[in-house]
Amino acid sequence: MEIKSGIAVSPGIAIAKSMIIDSEDYRIPRRSINPSQRKVEIQRAREAFENAISELTKLQARQDATLTGIEQRQIRDIFAVHLRFLHDRSLRKKITDLIHTESVTAVYAVSKTLREIASHFTRVKDPYISERAADIYDIERRLLAQLLGSRREDIEHLTEEVVVVARELSPTQTAGFNKDFVKGIAADAGGRTSHAAIVARSLGIPAVVAMEDLTESISGSDTVIIDGNHGIVIVNPDSKTIAQYEGYSREFVELERKLDAIKKKPAVTRDGVKVTLLGNIEFPEEAEIVLQKGGEGIGLYRTEFLYLNRPSEPTEQDHYTAYAETIGAFKHRPVTIRTMDLGADKYTQSKRFVPEPNPFLGLRSIRFCLKNLAVFKTQLHAILRASVLGEVKIMFPLITNLQELMQAKMILRDVMEDLDEASIAYNKHVEVGIMIETPSAALTACSLARDVDFFSIGTNDLTQYTLAVDRGNELVSTLYSSADPAVLRLIRTVIQDAHKAQIDLSVCGEMASEPQYIILLLGMGVRTVSVAAPMIPEIKQIIRSVTMEECNKVARKILGMNSERQISNYLRDTARKVMPEAF
Amino acid sequence: MVCETEIEIKNTDGLHMRPAMLFVDAANQFDCDITVSNDQTSVDGKSIMQMSMLAATCGSKLKIKADGSDAQQAVSVLRQLVEKKKFDTPPSSDKKREPTELRPRGSGD
Repeated sequence: MEIKSGIAVSPGIAIAKSMIIDSEDYRIPRRSINPSQRKVEIQRAREAFENAISELTKLQARQDATLTGIEQRQIRDIFAVHLRFLHDRSLRKKITDLIHTESVTAVYAVSKTLREIASHFTRVKDPYISERAADIYDIERRLLAQLLGSRREDIEHLTEEVVVVARELSPTQTAGFNKDFVKGIAADAGGRTSHAAIVARSLGIPAVVAMEDLTESISGSDTVIIDGNHGIVIVNPDSKTIAQYEGYSREFVELERKLDAIKKKPAVTRDGVKVTLLGNIEFPEEAEIVLQKGGEGIGLYRTEFLYLNRPSEPTEQDHYTAYAETIGAFKHRPVTIRTMDLGADKYTQSKRFVPEPNPFLGLRSIRFCLKNLAVFKTQLHAILRASVLGEVKIMFPLITNLQELMQAKMILRDVMEDLDEASIAYNKHVEVGIMIETPSAALTACSLARDVDFFSIGTNDLTQYTLAVDRGNELVSTLYSSADPAVLRLIRTVIQDAHKAQIDLSVCGEMASEPQYIILLLGMGVRTVSVAAPMIPEIKQIIRSVTMEECNKVARKILGMNSERQISNYLRDTARKVMPEAF
Repeated sequence: MVCETEIEIKNTDGLHMRPAMLFVDAANQFDCDITVSNDQTSVDGKSIMQMSMLAATCGSKLKIKADGSDAQQAVSVLRQLVEKKKFDTPPSSDKKREPTELRPRGSGD
């Protein structure tokens, strides 16, 4: 049994067999074993070879039946060559010798040996021979698949419950998980607000990230407990621990049920102040979850996943269909659609973007849209067309100055004119707002406010840009905190400027989803928050347990504090008093 | 009984995967030990991994040494496969390759 800790990013408890998925270029880390384990590892390597051979033989038999001609011959040759390699005694000996002399795992020995052979080929000048390295990598993958307990593609054809363990997960990968079978997620890399974490949270899959070296200490099909409440992962737990966690799991479900009970009740403080509680979503299907959890609308509809979930650029109709489905679930309630926020750590499938040295300071989000007008206009066209179906609002992300806002609005007017010409109906008075998520936007909020109907504070990016901390980099992620006095001062400025200009203001970043922050935000004057769907009941519970007077007192006190630590501690203590079971 | 000979790789693609496989398959029909060497290294002629790592290109010369009762037969079969049959190179892989000039043999670094 091994207990490891990381950062909890999505609540809940999962107990299941592990499934390790890796990225294409992932190197198997060296892991030493106790010399007494060598026999076991050598046996594992032997079995991997036998299983790979029988798998390949089956594949070969299937190929023969379906292909003809030259291609058939070539494919047959490839299979035959790979089989010869798998039968090669000197190859196996090299691997077992490595396990024996260096006391390493079978996985490592297989990977190291085959990669050495492959790199030997790569160095040969004759291109025809150097290309053969690809065959060796293929053989490596096949053997690793046996040793790691699963093949990459299996994630799409799961038949039993698993917890997914990976070095790093992309949002696309995570979004593709079938939550009937993927019960938990653990990753070596990542931080609380990495996009994979956000997706895990929105799907309601317990997840722990920043495990650093978990993939090194786990083998496929090990039993794993993922505690998404405390950021703990337990590998091969004993039966006592399993029983204990099954208990925790029941308690967690119980708390969830208790919170569900308040979903029909309004989000009103004890002294009668109404707070609007909205949900953040990525997929149309999540709109239903927001409703179930008692959300009053969508405060942030992230549309990037339209681009990430398919092999090609989404058509205008793809956009429209997704928006129509979401809006359909929210008749007469606000649905705020944020325009495409791609770039940085989210790439489109076509991968036609050249990698940038500083993606978070590069061509992302609204900047990308203003340079790729066709993509931008397609989306605006679909949003406008869908605007007659309900109460749609348009929100531009990552605005850093007034010119960008004016440009984006001008393009929106262009698209409106196109629709007018084509006599397509749309809401001419559709509300237009912006995300305030850069320090420059926060500092110029008073002038930006004159040209928009609403602000939504995106605390994730605002925090990372203000503190100059990459939120996904585990080396510095501890410096990332929305409770930093610098971040709080910017937020206060934005709230005050929105009030002065009498425009709507909401907070849609992760900060609003964290129970300890909600009291502070209310005290600072926020009356609308948009949070991850699973967090709605908990946030509502806190709102219903406080008075606005208490919130104001907390905010006044905190705005006088100078250190992040002091603020965090004070917030945690306050929230614990309000809702002890959530902490 | 030991039997030795020198052969030259004559097919344009050199000793890549498929030829290496045919060579190894032929070698494995015999009981004798078969060693193949260039100026730098000697490998087991019955191992596809080792044979393909010789990375012998067209024009390379290799020594074959067989040691065992059927050594003579083994050497003649292998010579025929490499020099006469040129690994049965089917027309499809006789693509227009530049005549490969003689390269330094062996592990090619």
